Amino acid sequence: MDQLVERFLKGDRRALARVVTRVENQTDEGREYLRALFPHGGRAHTIGVTGGAGSGKSTLVGALAAEYRRRGKRVGIVAVDPSSPFTYGAILGDRIRMQDLALDEGVFMRSMASRGAIGGLAPTIDDVVAVLDAFGFDFILIETVGAGQDEVEIAGTALTTVLVNNPGTGDDIQALKAGIIEIADVLVVNKADHPGADVLVSQLQALLSLAPAGSRRPPIIKTTAVKGEGMEALAEAIDAHRQELESSGQLEEQRAIDARHQVLGIARAILLERIRVSTSDEELDALVRRVAARDLDPHSAAEALVASVGG
Amino acid sequence: MTTPTAAKIRVLIAKPGLDGHDRGAKVVARALRDGGCEVIYTGIRQTPEMIAEAALQEDVDVVGLSILSGAHLELFPRVVEELKKRGVDDVLLFCGGIIPEEDTNALEGLGFKAVFRPGTNTQDVVKFVYEHVKK
Repeated sequence: MDQLVERFLKGDRRALARVVTRVENQTDEGREYLRALFPHGGRAHTIGVTGGAGSGKSTLVGALAAEYRRRGKRVGIVAVDPSSPFTYGAILGDRIRMQDLALDEGVFMRSMASRGAIGGLAPTIDDVVAVLDAFGFDFILIETVGAGQDEVEIAGTALTTVLVNNPGTGDDIQALKAGIIEIADVLVVNKADHPGADVLVSQLQALLSLAPAGSRRPPIIKTTAVKGEGMEALAEAIDAHRQELESSGQLEEQRAIDARHQVLGIARAILLERIRVSTSDEELDALVRRVAARDLDPHSAAEALVASVGG
Repeated sequence: MTTPTAAKIRVLIAKPGLDGHDRGAKVVARALRDGGCEVIYTGIRQTPEMIAEAALQEDVDVVGLSILSGAHLELFPRVVEELKKRGVDDVLLFCGGIIPEEDTNALEGLGFKAVFRPGTNTQDVVKFVYEHVKK
């Protein structure tokens, strides 16, 4: 293990790729690597990019990474695509939109399957981001699965959350709803060369103006990612968000909130694993059948499981 | 039984060269997906360097190359060379497409463990991958 960590810390990309695999597979070895590497991170600006399927997230991530490369920054990318709920297999196709970066030594791009996680991310996303952070990237771009109205988990993983919107995808009532729009630190109107882009921008502006006085209003950036347009403005808006967090002292607070979220998430997973290990399939089956037969309510059944592992 | 979070076989499906027909590659990618693999699909017109770099970054267990142009004996050795250059020397290699029988030996010599031709049952590809990947 030490050899791989050593190679990793010397900047060996193959060592990085191998460590990510072990961390993603949640092996004991992977946890050891994470423990060794975690203290080396903490400097990267993590940026979440979320939005609907086909909104141009991958293309935007590719174009934004190219902008950071022009600025001499090193970029790590993690892109999540969905796993099958039935076979657990996945097609990971985000590299297709990022071909221009394929041979750039300053970029490392990794595809992840969602592996049953909710919220458009993968179960080990925070760990994989921590590994990329330890490798020394200046920016880490995290692309979610195509998200709908309620996939807000990315806000707990990334420092700055970018929400990608498109013209022609619904009226202003969609944007008035609670949920994903509330987590956006930067709003992007992508495919800005399509009809309706300016209408969408003014709808979003109108909505933001309804926010209570004194609350932060995320900037709205028009982009045409496929042509690389708007990337300078987007990079500036993302930088400005980080500076706001730093100067207001919110950065530390934000990191603590994210860490709390992460630690509780892991604790939940550990507890669930303990229950899985200590309960036989037959026991579990007997219990759930009682629930199915309305002989027992689901809360009492779950409490019995937790009590069985001393929780 | 596997679980959603358990380790999966990771497969890179790539098309080197200039032919633009990727239906075969997509059919194989889909079959492997349904077989429970995580398939990284890079699309058409990949250079050997791009394929090798993707294999490195994605840390795949398997690389499958699809080709219809007839340039396999030109391009595949370069893919193998680029993989070696990056220290990616332990992946399972297979290929498919329009590849004459008489080229099979040459491809096996390069390290390709299977050559799949038109008419292959996709389940045979899935079976091949599961039989050959050390997990």
